[in-house]
Amino acid sequence: MNRTWIVLGATSAMARAFARQVATEGAALLLAGRDSDDLAALAADCTLRGARLAEAVPFDARDPSGFAAIVERALAEEGEINAAVFVGSMPAQAEIDADPSLIDGTVTDSFTGPARFLQMLASVIEERGQGTVVGVGSVAGDRGRLGNYVYGAAKAGFHTYLSGLRNRLTRAGGHVVTVKPGFVDTAMTWGLPGMFLVAAPEKVAADILKAVRKRRNVIYTPVFWALIMLIIRHIPEPIFKKMKI
Amino acid sequence: MLWKTADFAGWGRALTARCDVARPERRRALEAILADGLVPAMGMRRSYGDAALNSGGRAIEMTRLDRLIGFDPVTGELEAEAGVQIGHLAAIFAPRGWLPPVMPGTGFATIGGCIAQDVHGKNHHHAGSFCQHVTSIRLRTAAGEVEVTPEGTPELFRATAGGLGQTGVILSAKLRLMPAKGDVMIVTERRIEGWDEHVAMLDASQASYTVGWIDATATGSALGRGILEEGETGSGLVPGRAKFRKVPFDAPRFALSAPVVRAFNQLYWRRVPENGRTVVKPIGDFFFPLDKIHDWNRLYGKGGFHQFQCVVPLAAVGELRGMLEAIAGSGLASPLAVLKRMGQGRAGHLSFPMEGYTLAVDFANREEARALVARLIGRTKDAGGRVYFAKDSLARAEDIAEMYPELNDWRAAAAEADPQGALVTDIVRRLNLRGAA
Repeated sequence: MNRTWIVLGATSAMARAFARQVATEGAALLLAGRDSDDLAALAADCTLRGARLAEAVPFDARDPSGFAAIVERALAEEGEINAAVFVGSMPAQAEIDADPSLIDGTVTDSFTGPARFLQMLASVIEERGQGTVVGVGSVAGDRGRLGNYVYGAAKAGFHTYLSGLRNRLTRAGGHVVTVKPGFVDTAMTWGLPGMFLVAAPEKVAADILKAVRKRRNVIYTPVFWALIMLIIRHIPEPIFKKMKI
Repeated sequence: MLWKTADFAGWGRALTARCDVARPERRRALEAILADGLVPAMGMRRSYGDAALNSGGRAIEMTRLDRLIGFDPVTGELEAEAGVQIGHLAAIFAPRGWLPPVMPGTGFATIGGCIAQDVHGKNHHHAGSFCQHVTSIRLRTAAGEVEVTPEGTPELFRATAGGLGQTGVILSAKLRLMPAKGDVMIVTERRIEGWDEHVAMLDASQASYTVGWIDATATGSALGRGILEEGETGSGLVPGRAKFRKVPFDAPRFALSAPVVRAFNQLYWRRVPENGRTVVKPIGDFFFPLDKIHDWNRLYGKGGFHQFQCVVPLAAVGELRGMLEAIAGSGLASPLAVLKRMGQGRAGHLSFPMEGYTLAVDFANREEARALVARLIGRTKDAGGRVYFAKDSLARAEDIAEMYPELNDWRAAAAEADPQGALVTDIVRRLNLRGAA
């Protein structure tokens, strides 16, 4: 089957692992992001690993004027058009506390930017009657915590958006998978204190693809985070508000 | 965070070092780090000793710079970033009829690491060493980025091949892949009863890939007994590799005690029928048998282990037999022991191979074992042989000059590429490889 994957934020470690895995299945790839040199390197890599086609396309979550060109490019491919969203930004909470204007960028990168893009893609999926959206959220979106509540709030918004989009696209034959990764071994977590049970990006990518095949709705990856977050979600607020986790 | 401060170890886990390690995911991030001066690069840390350690200093882990750059399906020339793992290359290209021309015993080794150690494989007697198939290296030296080729910059090439990363940070390389019939191996295994037969069979073997597993606990008339494995690539269908297993914790000391190892080796040897057998295996099972068990180095317990690997000239085969006698008599050896005949192929000043026989044996890290290995290193030197920097953790500076006669040529080239000595690592300090300066 002809599959095309638009990968937003393709330079991240998780996105790279995901792109490579779909490349070996022979999919076409539109690798979207800001670092065009790095995207070109990834495109060459994916082509050599078996992608039917791999192209770098410019994407900046904060500049919606470039979104239409990506959708146009995808429309040139026949068959199923899918999108995987790996964008997001997480400034340290202390920086945000010092400069509240950082909130806008965080919310745009992690929620409203990709949401605006997916709104445009949704009608394509409805027209073609097929297509899957993978939205990478975060366990941080499950509950607001002292350490990263602005990022968490943006991801929570994104989760809710994805849930609604799933409701919409299911009727048309499409599907949406919400992915909530725990700690993943990326440049973002490298050397951070307090990291535990850190998952390889390849493992996360494999979990995502399995969820796509099985048309799962919401997954935690690695799966034990479902249990951790079940507990964290159920801690009563009077206790939770005093906790530092 | 850019720098992660932690204790790192070589694969043998006997030597460790606290260092600050960065792991850039993009070329731009790497360039930003190197803008302040050269930093030693490391890959998957599969060298057993201290080749990938820099105590109290910095290092760059190259494993995330692992993209394929280009491939020419006519010539088989592949260009890839330094962090690509050999096992991944084999998995991607074998179904298309190509294999890395030389593969070390673990598929986790990176291209950068294979160049820096000029590794060899089970086909060394035909194919030579890894760097003999490298046509170009992009190297970041103190003077900037340069292309290093065997013809264009022969001196820098010979210093970089097997050069322990001392001439610069290896960014990417071009490698000529080798045609393969498919992605399975046809392997013939034969029981070998003793030393003389083992050597004679290795000498006579015509196969593309040949290696001898040796029972380093057998003594007397059984000394040198083992299993000769000969392999050819082929096409066909075999079940996929078995699921990976992981050693979840450090094993207790008795796990590899002498009686356990003797019993294991006995069973392992008898597993092959008296008249031998031919089996078909997935490529990875033949080339990287131990990769199936992740973190197998933990089987040696918390203290880690040492691997002794030497090569001696053909004429010194009798001396090698004497060394094996000393090993077998000590009762200290582990099940992992390998005997192989090597050809002449080597590409660098510090490349390990020489025409002769190579013996590799693992020892749990104990006082008696360290003393035995020290004696074996001395006997290797006296026999005109050398030890392998990818494995060594116990040699001393005074052992090296005699083993590596081109050391001074290498020193000069390394000093020119890295005048500040910014790339010096623990193994270089321990063996005083860069010289007294």
